[in-house]
This record gives sequence, structure tokens and C-alpha cells, in this order.
Amino acid sequence: MMEKFKEWYEKRHEYAKEWKSKTGGKVVGYFCTYVPEEILYAAGVLPVRILGSHEPQDVTEPHIFGMYCPFCRDCLAQGLKGKYDYLDGIMIAQSCLHIRQTFTSWKLHIPIDFSYYLPMPNNVQSKRALPYLTGELKAFKEALEKWTGKAISDEDMKTGIEIMNQSRKLTRELYELRKQPNPPLTGLEAMYAVVASQIVDKKDYNETLHGVLEKLPQRPAEKDSKVRLMILGSEDDDTEFLQMVESLGAIFVVDDHCTGSRYFWNEVTPNQNPLEAIAARYVERVPCPSKDWPERTRIEHIKKLAQDWEVQGAIVIQQKFCDPHELDIPATIESLKQIGIPAQFLEFDVTVPVGQFKTRVEAFLEMLKEEDLY
Amino acid sequence: MGDKYKTESLKCWDKAKEIRLNYYKNFAEAHEKGGLRWAGGAWSFDAIPAGLGDDVYPLTGEPYAASIAWNKDFALKCHEAVEKAGYARDLCSYMRNYWGSILLNKYAFGGDFPKPDFIWQDHICCSHAKWYQVARDLEGKDIPMYCIDVSIGPFEELTDNKLDYVVGQMHDGIEWLEAVTGRKYDDEKLIRAVYDHCRSESVWAEVCALNKTIPAPLDEKTMYSLYVHGTLNKSSKVVADFYEELLDEVKDRVKRGIAAVANERCRVMSDTQPPWAFLNVFRYLEKYGCVSVGSLYTFGLIGMWDIKEDGSWGPRKTPQEEGIEIKDRDQALRILASWELNKPEWQHFYAPQLKSEMMIRIAKEWKLNGVLLHYNRGCEGLSLGIAENRLALKEAGFPVMIFEGNMGDEREFDETQTMTRIDAFMESLGLEK
Repeated sequence: MMEKFKEWYEKRHEYAKEWKSKTGGKVVGYFCTYVPEEILYAAGVLPVRILGSHEPQDVTEPHIFGMYCPFCRDCLAQGLKGKYDYLDGIMIAQSCLHIRQTFTSWKLHIPIDFSYYLPMPNNVQSKRALPYLTGELKAFKEALEKWTGKAISDEDMKTGIEIMNQSRKLTRELYELRKQPNPPLTGLEAMYAVVASQIVDKKDYNETLHGVLEKLPQRPAEKDSKVRLMILGSEDDDTEFLQMVESLGAIFVVDDHCTGSRYFWNEVTPNQNPLEAIAARYVERVPCPSKDWPERTRIEHIKKLAQDWEVQGAIVIQQKFCDPHELDIPATIESLKQIGIPAQFLEFDVTVPVGQFKTRVEAFLEMLKEEDLY
Repeated sequence: MGDKYKTESLKCWDKAKEIRLNYYKNFAEAHEKGGLRWAGGAWSFDAIPAGLGDDVYPLTGEPYAASIAWNKDFALKCHEAVEKAGYARDLCSYMRNYWGSILLNKYAFGGDFPKPDFIWQDHICCSHAKWYQVARDLEGKDIPMYCIDVSIGPFEELTDNKLDYVVGQMHDGIEWLEAVTGRKYDDEKLIRAVYDHCRSESVWAEVCALNKTIPAPLDEKTMYSLYVHGTLNKSSKVVADFYEELLDEVKDRVKRGIAAVANERCRVMSDTQPPWAFLNVFRYLEKYGCVSVGSLYTFGLIGMWDIKEDGSWGPRKTPQEEGIEIKDRDQALRILASWELNKPEWQHFYAPQLKSEMMIRIAKEWKLNGVLLHYNRGCEGLSLGIAENRLALKEAGFPVMIFEGNMGDEREFDETQTMTRIDAFMESLGLEK
């Protein structure tokens, strides 16, 4: 029923190439979920998130010093190896320094027709962020119009917003089903769905998800209840890890990842000024830790997710060297502990040591099950 | 090997030390004098809190943490305390030194760690705002914190929209300062501090430009003890006046042919913060007659530069030199913001080639034979794009040696291996001890 999402995830390049030949449109690879896809859809351009392959590589060492996160190096490796040779453009919305290097090295070494650096504000808690980002979105829209040679009308903007909002609304519905005592989908399936939404045309995604949502409630539920887990932290599309954990009598019912809920949680509230409406959405969205200051607003959101989805334990992951998450992890774990949710911390690399992690997760699950006994 | 040049100690050396020690003492003793303490980064717009009065003392985190790093034993205790508290070992080592000092309640200059009354920070890398967010977790959430986001792209792409964002945060910051301190803000003091800020940074660049001379009047190890004042309190009259005094002395050294390294026969530059506990690296270079004349880091973190009529790099003209009279708060803030956003050691945050171009310029104008790049595991901000800088320098024809280390965590620096690399690099340049 949900195999399509997995297929899209695994055959992302084939999908994008086929999309190009079918539509004759342009494809832009993007590096961070702060990229306002609404404007790209308004321009008729397909945004695809650039992801790694989780395979060891030896091509980025001359370009990115090894102290930067494995994800940013894995993404650059895909570009250097020509996996994204169908892209017409690349863009980044300012977030962490790590992924920024992927963008700058890509721009330097991989020929590309269009590249754009959107200086998305970091101080999203300042009242100055909204007018600033609105102005920057205007500049981006103009750059896109110049590149595509096509003016973007207000009607186009409305369409772009609707496509994105529809996708967000449907994915929220999918997540709502995970609140059930025996959810009709696994965490792995949910991950495939969200990541697929980042790499295929949202119109295709919305149509498929709509069909899935009609059928899912009839899916036979598992008889045995499983330990309800949450997963949160850095960028994570490590499907092998999720599969392993869910094979141990546990199920991920919710997450806080940019490859998960953080990507789609907030919608654009349309107003007379579409650019301002989009800017407001990105300023107010659940923040990446790199933008969550001076107050930590994300932790309250995480606690609410954990409580609403009746989570028994949390797996907190971090991409090795991921500074923004490393800076929030002690406070996050402590906050979860205060509401009675134990957490297991794991550090991820390009490949994860599944065997070793399995032992640690088994011990964690055993501890959670023991707590249920008393 | 006989000495080629005359050399002598800097006359202003003791004064440099005295200013620095007074700075740390003033912060610790601020409350005894009825004054205020604020903590923040070396990048902070320190001219702004200056408008609260002459008894408001800063503690900038990076140079403070570098002082800790120099004391290996204390630094190790700091790191261990931070790791025990659950923070990752690969985080910025300045930040970890600073937090360790809080956790151990030990001030590197004696006594308990003096808690600031407020935090006044700038956000330049992933860690800068978060640094003090965690400091608040450790010191007590009641410490008010304000942070200005300056990440608006490279200076060459500055627009009114971008400048308005930064200046808007500055205006809000002044209102915030009045609210948290209960003091009335004095725009005249702000204006004076902005003038001194620009004077400090322009004069420091002029000092660095004098190092184009052969023999170089200053070596980089010495420059570390001098540029630091700009990282402590660049907008203070004390620092600006000191740099004027230093400039006069360095001009005099050039005039008299006084060298930093008496047997100078090879000139290099470094990059990023050095491993502070191992500045002997620079003395080791001297055995080969090699002088490190500076770096984009020592020149461009505090120094402000401009392209002169002959196409070379020289000090940027200050607003005073441009005949600009600052009349009000908004004008002062706009000048301050656009001045700082032009900082050379900032442009690479957006494009490594901007830094490569500046490094190649330095290599040519300062007549260098090679480059030593410190792949610094302690600072994600200044190591950003360093691998691309290496490629660009090599392509421009400059021999490059890289060495891995950490500015603030000696556990990540291999002294023997670094010296062996230097031996091989010097040999490749045709030099012998």
C-alpha cells in the first residue's frame, strides 16, 4: 500500500529524469528544508532535496575538512560522482555551516546553470525576521523569473502555496493515524513517505497519499502492542536503522526530524501578500536548532509531540559533528526526562553500526518494558 | 647561522600586557565599583553597550577561552567538566573552555567565575548564539540574553533590506539594554565608541600592512598578543590609542630595519586560530629562518581593509578620515553595521573563493614563500571552506602545508607530527636549520 513511497525514495534519480523528460521542466536540487518550495512550484520548477547515499566515499576529502558532518559530505559526494547530473540548478536556504559547504563546493566544482543562496534569517525570534525574509523572498522570486524567463503571477503563487499546504495537510493526517494504540503504519513507512515528498512532484505525492489515507484505516492492525518510540535529532533518512529498531518489538510513532515532522508541520496561512505569507510560515515553523535561540522553543514542541503520541521512550540521534543538535541534546534529554520519557542517545555516521546499535536499543527497550511491569 | 638583521623587543609589550590584564580585572571587579558586566563574543558590537556608561565591562568569550587553552591543565579540567555534563567533545573548543570555567566556578584570572549581568552576543556561526544559550543553562536562566544575527551574506551583496535587518536588531537591542539594566542610553557615548571602533580596526590593519616589509617588523606569534586587544574591546579608546602607539613603534622599526626574526629568509602565513598551547610551532619555524608574517586571521579578524589606488591592500579609511560626522543613533548604527559586515574574516562564511582571493593577495603582497594551513578542529566557523582554500592556493602556485589540530583542546594536536611535517615542508622549500 505504501510501497510507492519506498520506490520513489530508492529510485529518486530515475523519477526526476523521467519527470524532466515528461514535462520539459527544470529541476532544482535544494539543501535544506528552509527552502521555500512554494515559489519553485509557482515557477513550475521541481524542487528535489539532495540527500546522501549512506555509502562510504572517498571523493570529498579535498573539498570538505573531515570535521564537518557526514551528511554534508555524503551529499557533496553524490554531486561529485554525477548522481545529480540532471539538475538545472541548486539552492540553499541558510541554516547550518556544514551543509553550506556542500552548496559552496558544489557551485565551485560541478557545472550548474543556476545557483541561489537564500540568506534565511537565523534570528527568527526577532520581529525583524519577517520583513527581512519577505524582502529576500522577493529577490529570490525575481532571480527565478530571470532564470526561467517566465513571470510568476499571484495566481501562480497561490497555486504553489496550495500544492505545499495540501501536502502538509495530508502528511499531518498520516501522522494522526500513528496516534492509534496499534498504528496502521510503521515509522519506517512514515519516513519513506516524508522523504519521498521531498524528492518527487508534490502533485504526484498528494495524489498517492490521498489514496493511501483512504485505504490505511482498513489495514489489519498488528495484534501485539509494541513499545511506542519517538525519534528525534539531526537529518536522518537512515532507513536501515529504523527497520532494525522496529524489528525488535518497537514502533516509531512520531519524530522530530527535518526528514520528518519538522518539514511539514506548519502550513502557510494565505494573505494578500503571498511572499509575506510564505515568509511567516518559515519564520514561525518548528525551528532547526541552529535558529532556535535565544529561547528554546523546539523542546516544548517535542514534549507535546511525545505526550500527544503517547510515547514511552525517545531515541535521540545526532549526525556526528552536527553542532546545532549537539548544542540542544543535553537540554532536550533533560526535558524529556522531566516528563517521564527516558531517552537513548546515538551518534550516526554515513553508515550506522547496526549490530552495535541493536544491542544498545535492545537494552533500552528492555528497560522500557521493565518500567511497564511496575 | 649568522643573523642578517637587527632585532629588538617591542617597547610597548608591557603596556599590551597591562591593558589585557586590566580588562579581565575590570570585569571581575565591576560590581565593586557599581558597574555592570556583560558577556558575549569577540564579534559582538561592543560599541552599543558602551552607550550605557563608562562603567560597563565586557568579557568576550573567544579570547577568554584562548587564555584558558594556553593553560593546558586548566583547559583539560574544563573539557572534562563539560563532557561530564553531557556536551559533545567535538563542539567548539572555545565554547567548551568557557563553559568549563563556569562549571568549575573558576575564573582564569583568579577567583570565582564572575557571572555577567547580561549577555550581548552576535550570531556568526552555528554555535555563537547557542554558546550563550547553554551558558545561561549553566549559570542560571535569569541572565538576560540578546543576540544579533549578522548572517546576511557577503559584503559585496549587501542590500538595504539586509542592512535594515541588522540595524533593526541593533535598535531593538538598545531598547532591550535600557529595559534590562534600568539605565538611560547615551547616544553620545555610542557615537564616540563607533569612532573608536573604526579607528582601532583601521590602525590595526595599518600595523599589519607594515609587515609587507622585508624583514618583517613583527612575527605572528607576537601579533597574537597584540591583535587580541581588538577582540577584547575594539570600541574602547584605550585600545584605539594603544594601536596608534603600536603603529608609531612599528613604523620606527621599519625605518630602522628592525626584524622580528633576525635570520629571516623565508616568509609564510598561517590560517585560523593557532593551537594556543603550542605556539612554539612559530619559534620552531624560526630555526629555519622562517617567519610567519601573519594570516587572514590576524589581519582580518580585527583589521579592516580596503583596496588602495595602486591596487594593493591597505587600511580602510575611518568615517573620521572620510569626513563623516555621526549625528544620531541610526547613523551610528548603520555605519557600525556596514563597517563590520565588511570584515575580511567573515566573507568566507558565504563563499570559500572570497577567502582564497584574499589569501592569494596576501601571499603576493606580503611576498610569501608558502602557507601553513591549520585545519582547526576547534572552530567550525574559521575552518569553513579551508580545504577549498588549500586547492586555490596551490593552483595559484603557493606551496601549502596542512596540519590538523585544535585551538583550544590540546588532546587533538600532535606536536611531534606537526614538527615533522614542518621539517619536511621547510626541506621542500630548500631550507635547512
